[in-house]
Amino acid sequence: MALVLNEDEVMMRDMAQGFFAEKAPVKALRELRDNRDETGFDRGLWSEMAAQGFAGIVVPEEHGGVDMGYLAAGLVAEQMGRNLTASPFLSTSILAATALKHGSEEQKAAWLPKIASGEAVIALALDEGVKHNPRGTATTAEPSGNGFKLNGAKAMVVDGHVADVLIVAARTSGEDGDADGLSLFLVDPKSKGISTERTIMVDSRNAARVDFEDVEVSGDALLGTLDGGMDVLNGVLAAGRGIAAAELLGAGAQAFEDTVAYIKERKQFGEIIGSFQALQHRSSHLYSEMEIARSAVVGALTALDEGHEEAAQFCAMPKAKLGSVAKLASQEGVQMHGGVGMTDEYDIGLFMKRIRVLQELMGDAHYHMNEFAEANSY
Amino acid sequence: MSDLDTFRMDARAWLEENCPAEMREPMKGDKDACWGGRKFVFQSDAQKIWLERMVAQGWTVPTWPKEYGGAGLSRKEEIVLLQEMKRIDARNPLSSFGIWMLGPALLKFGTDEQKAEHLPPIARGEIRWCQGYSEPGAGSDLASLKTKAEDMGDHYIVNGQKVWTSYADQADWIFCLVRTDNTGKKHHGISFVLFDMESEGVEARPIKLISGRSPFCETFLSDVKVLKKNLVGEEHKGWSIAKYLLTHEREMIGNQEGVTRPLHEIAASSLGLQDGKLADPMLRAKVAEAEIDEWAFNLTMKRKLAEAKAGASLGADSSMLKYYGTELNKRKHELMMDASGHEGLEWESERSNDGKMARSWLRTKGNSIEGGTSEVQLNIISKHILQLPGA
Repeated sequence: MALVLNEDEVMMRDMAQGFFAEKAPVKALRELRDNRDETGFDRGLWSEMAAQGFAGIVVPEEHGGVDMGYLAAGLVAEQMGRNLTASPFLSTSILAATALKHGSEEQKAAWLPKIASGEAVIALALDEGVKHNPRGTATTAEPSGNGFKLNGAKAMVVDGHVADVLIVAARTSGEDGDADGLSLFLVDPKSKGISTERTIMVDSRNAARVDFEDVEVSGDALLGTLDGGMDVLNGVLAAGRGIAAAELLGAGAQAFEDTVAYIKERKQFGEIIGSFQALQHRSSHLYSEMEIARSAVVGALTALDEGHEEAAQFCAMPKAKLGSVAKLASQEGVQMHGGVGMTDEYDIGLFMKRIRVLQELMGDAHYHMNEFAEANSY
Repeated sequence: MSDLDTFRMDARAWLEENCPAEMREPMKGDKDACWGGRKFVFQSDAQKIWLERMVAQGWTVPTWPKEYGGAGLSRKEEIVLLQEMKRIDARNPLSSFGIWMLGPALLKFGTDEQKAEHLPPIARGEIRWCQGYSEPGAGSDLASLKTKAEDMGDHYIVNGQKVWTSYADQADWIFCLVRTDNTGKKHHGISFVLFDMESEGVEARPIKLISGRSPFCETFLSDVKVLKKNLVGEEHKGWSIAKYLLTHEREMIGNQEGVTRPLHEIAASSLGLQDGKLADPMLRAKVAEAEIDEWAFNLTMKRKLAEAKAGASLGADSSMLKYYGTELNKRKHELMMDASGHEGLEWESERSNDGKMARSWLRTKGNSIEGGTSEVQLNIISKHILQLPGA
């Protein structure tokens, strides 16, 4: 397993670093928030991201993407994490693109090129309850005519308020808690019976609550096989978790670096507070944790690209690790900033909020530790 | 086929033919490790033959130059060799502070004469070395060491006391930090010298530890004569060698082969499962967390070694690895003791293999003290990586 970036990857990272620092720094997120932007991200920026190849980074070349793989995607996500860049990258370029690779030729041809070009925003409507729990999906899809009828309520549908199409997980057979019996559907959010509420989240990013009441979809809306949705979801969530971990890594690293810079400047008792061992040891501990976490991200995304048979489990592991470590970075960050850490003016609080959301998405550390134990039969 | 593939095939064939079956069994205890040296008694013919054959290949020190007993392998070839050894579960033929610590320092700082005199016996496992660093008053603050070496023209006379000298009672020679000048700053005036443990005036007394074992000694030095040809590097400038060598030591301690059986298996065999889950749900969560950390830590070791150019030192990151690796190891042993309950507390009994688990648990407490405490490692990270003021 290569754990050191090759030349192409270094180039991708450097390009992403320059791009997001210039085009979408933290200030841009503040503007979107303060202007109560309708979309919640900058569509102009999204087009530019598409032009750079970021939007289609895992889309096959035959469908207009650059197909650079998940490690490269992680390098992009890391830079977005560092800049708190708002964009539909996670929902569309990672989750939806990965799901659609399992679609029919018609579905691929219809959506993958639009993902790569930045024309389509696609949201995954999976979560329902207060915590991530795919096997507990209660939304139902019953046969109806030559299609299906959907009923249920989805929450935390990232970018669901502006999506051009939804990928909806629904139970088509089996009982609550079964892995089998779920199916995925491509659904037009303007369909009759769908009501959508935009939910602006704590990190000033967007999601939606989407309710389905007798929503009719045709048979060819099925993505993947009937009752076999979990097979597709496993791959989709593995990619999503790995990339969310990469974004957490970037956000955590930036929060950490901002904090170290701050304690090198701030004086109390006539001394630079960074000279106090109480802060030095906590900072050095955090440095160590971040380095360990970085390896987990690189290792997992590499395994995903190599098609390792345990890649899905590997991707959950950095999600668990970063769920704890990035959170620690943001908590220590606010504490070490002292009073100004509580102000809106300083960025550290924005990092804390984004990290809080990312660590919850697609399973928090507790969820993944439990899954890890189950996967290892204990 | 690339050269590396050819090397792999050759190494595989050689190992298949030359590694005795007994040397492919897991080690049962500390005494199965081969340390070599004048006083070493081989546990079996197989152990002796395995060492001799590996020595003849130059594979006890694969990357050292051939003239010093090595095989002149590249770092990549060494990795392949280690992979092939692991493939057949071959034991390490020779455990040695000479190989892990002194050797790299001599290769970098020693004269040609010193290399020619000391490296081949290390490679052959004939001379066992110990490290004379810590003193009763110089632990974490190592540079405040006081053992004095008086200049007598062609030799020094050394007086003082060392402590925590690993296996000093079984070692043949010592590499030792001594003070040759006490007029300047404490990091100046330290010299790096070598001498025979059989020299007059050297006495090593084992220290009994909380584990009941005695891997360390107090070493008393009274008017010990050390020839000047055994000074490594420049006089008064031994601190840079000491630091270089500590970096190697930290990488070694941080990278110690952990428990081979997965933690969750040990816990499950002790506590049992309920509905497929470890019977203690609180412990189960901690075990999962530790195993994820262990996976990520092992990847980090690999990543850092891959990032460093072949043979280059990891610098201050070795402190990060030492800190994290030792704290993780302590955590794992605490969890093992938790899982083992009453049984883990047995100290002298057949079932417990004479307290193997408890003694190992106690031994790990030293991991974050020896080779620089965790607190010292955090200081080093603060100073050299984070560049915080006053660290």
